[in-house]
Amino acid sequence: MRSLPLLFLGIFFTLAFSWTGIVLVSNVQLRDLDPATSTLVNDVQEPISGVTYDKNGAEMMGNNMSGDVVHPQVKSGSALRGQEVYEQMGCLYCHSQQVRRAGYGSDIARGWGQRQSVARDYVLEDRVMLGTMRTGPDLANVGLRYDANWQFQHLYNPKITSPYSIMPPYGFLFEKQKISDVTGPSDDAITLPGDWALDEGYELVPTQRARDLVAYLLSLRQDYELPEAKFEQ
Amino acid sequence: MSSQSPTLLDSLSPTAERQEALRARLSEVDRSMRTPGTFFVVAAVLWLMVGTLFALLTAIKFTNPSFLGHTEIFTFGRVRSAHLNSVIYGWATNAGFAVGLWIMARLCRTRVRHTRILMAGAVFWNLGVIGGIIGILKGDMVAVEWLEMPGYVTPLLAISFALIGVWAIIAFRWRQTDHVYVSQWYILAAFFWLPWLYTTAQILLVFEPAKGVVQSLTNWWFAHNVLGLWLTPLGLGTAYYLIPKVLGRPIYSYYLSVYGFWTLALFYNWAGVHHLIGGPVPAWVISAGTVASVMMVIPVVVVAVNHHMTVVGLHRQGWRSPTIRFIVFGAINYTIVSLIGSAMALRDVNLSTHFTDFTVGHAHHGLYAFYTMIMFGGMYYMLPRLLNREWPSAFLIKTHFWMTALGILLMVNVLQICGWIVGEMMNQVTQDGTVAYTFQQIVEFRVPWHWLRSVSGFMITIGHFAFFINVVWMLFRPSKADQPSQPTLLTRPTAEANA
Ligand code: HEC
Repeated sequence: MRSLPLLFLGIFFTLAFSWTGIVLVSNVQLRDLDPATSTLVNDVQEPISGVTYDKNGAEMMGNNMSGDVVHPQVKSGSALRGQEVYEQMGCLYCHSQQVRRAGYGSDIARGWGQRQSVARDYVLEDRVMLGTMRTGPDLANVGLRYDANWQFQHLYNPKITSPYSIMPPYGFLFEKQKISDVTGPSDDAITLPGDWALDEGYELVPTQRARDLVAYLLSLRQDYELPEAKFEQ
Repeated sequence: MSSQSPTLLDSLSPTAERQEALRARLSEVDRSMRTPGTFFVVAAVLWLMVGTLFALLTAIKFTNPSFLGHTEIFTFGRVRSAHLNSVIYGWATNAGFAVGLWIMARLCRTRVRHTRILMAGAVFWNLGVIGGIIGILKGDMVAVEWLEMPGYVTPLLAISFALIGVWAIIAFRWRQTDHVYVSQWYILAAFFWLPWLYTTAQILLVFEPAKGVVQSLTNWWFAHNVLGLWLTPLGLGTAYYLIPKVLGRPIYSYYLSVYGFWTLALFYNWAGVHHLIGGPVPAWVISAGTVASVMMVIPVVVVAVNHHMTVVGLHRQGWRSPTIRFIVFGAINYTIVSLIGSAMALRDVNLSTHFTDFTVGHAHHGLYAFYTMIMFGGMYYMLPRLLNREWPSAFLIKTHFWMTALGILLMVNVLQICGWIVGEMMNQVTQDGTVAYTFQQIVEFRVPWHWLRSVSGFMITIGHFAFFINVVWMLFRPSKADQPSQPTLLTRPTAEANA
């Protein structure tokens, strides 16, 4: 190869090509994606499906139906802090957060969701954690499956709820404390079944981080329909 | 023997200087790379040991989740990320700096001047990685695969990279030769591509996170390209340089090497999005990624033919040389891993492999069986020339080779067979729409495979210790005088080879 400028240009343009395609174009394409109502309406408030055109002939996805709630919704402060705990603990490396369509894999048959996850489900997330590994189940809808008490027990030691589990215990997110003689057992104390019960006179309370994390897990629910994603029958 | 046969340069360029002058020039280049080259190798080897330690902890946690389970800094997610980052940015990248810069300088026949700037870059890069690993363990991890190191060290890493990478460009700019060899393109391109990938990814994922799933797309564009556009070109550049060099025979086809380079440059960088097949991302990106992944068959086959035709008939010589043993192992695995990778991008195959250990196996196949083995080979060739000493122990080299080669083959097979079966179990749905295997059955199925994986990891660890001891021994061995003047070979040269 003698023509060095050509070599440089080639090196530059090959990467520029995918950079434009994957990074730039998808950025532009998804920039205007916002929370939406389950059905969209056109200029005269008639429900529509798919793409329509406005008066000027420009492509239009439709407007939100007034009076209807839009989804996804902003998470509570506690759930947002919990998301940070989820990030710092590396839950991502064993859990995905995406449901694939019926017929492609068994996600819906496993009860991991009522419909496929779509790009709009993630537009408000600071940190999108779709995940690439399912050592544990998908969590996109885990908030619909368990209550707070189950989540606390499971985090403290997964073997309590799932004896076969290979998920690591997160006992350091809890505190063992002596039950107060004055005020009695704490309201937040977690009940532990059978062999797991602590010594007489002690109780297990979640730290703030554990409470935030559970708030986050309970907030994981794609239980709404979007214009482009309806529940599977 | 091989000293009399034509070297790479002779065969390529009829106008090259006579042997003597060339030798002198090369050893001058080697001398100038001595300090930085040795530093990078030592740093790489230390990171290799650190990464191995984290890998062992991770493996133990898989079979015994409560091991160190009460210590937050050693929780699974962090130890696992510490493993990944120390092997990628510590081991693989330092090794690439060492071998890549050295080959570049040699092929350009330029001495590396002002090594102090290069050394500063080297030191700061490694301090940055240390800071990053500590950050991950103490809980500042960024939950983006391959980019876990916290934002407070990444600018330092980017600047250090610039200080180091610029030497590849300077060497190239002031090269003393007319001809540009294929290894130079690969290395030059790699040093140009990584900073671009890294800054884009840092901006869109760490400093100003992009909206929604653009994060995921950027993530996999980056992560796959660290392998595809940084480590792979370094690995291939090294193989292209050392196979002809050690065997004393020119590369089979110049034309094929041009063709292989450009098809790799064109297709590899689109392939990463196949990690998102079936996910909530625009369908056209996935289709483009799938097409590119399949097209990768072209550069892979081209490189395979070119390398194979160069080695063919010289297997016996190759087997004696530690360098060629490791590099040929790596090159063969490059072909296999890439073909598997192309297959994994097909929707039907991906359905089974996605979300399972198959992908983990694939990553180790590429990073270890291909890249790492080639870098071992590169170091076996480079270090004696930098230090003017021979490898102290052929036994340790053999242990290193057999333990790592068999260990990684076992690991890849275990992970991929297990992953494939798990994928099939996961997806199987019965007539009435319920799943054939519960999640519990799948978790339980994996347990014995985790044990086998730990066995393979243990073998690799033994190999790493052998290598580590040999490197340290070599460094602290008295120089010159009582040295054997022959290179350390793995089998006794036969009579006719000596003639
Ligand atoms: C080493 C892999 C691993 C890591 C890391 C991990 N998990 Fe799990 N997780 C599992 C496995 C395996 C299961 C299934 C068995 C069980 O219920 O424990 C599971 C199950 C769960 C479930 C129940 C899901 C269901 O549908 O039954 C939740 C909730 C959960 N994990 C949350 C978390 C959170 C939160 C973190 C991080 C703090 C985390 N996991 C980290 C492996 C992991």
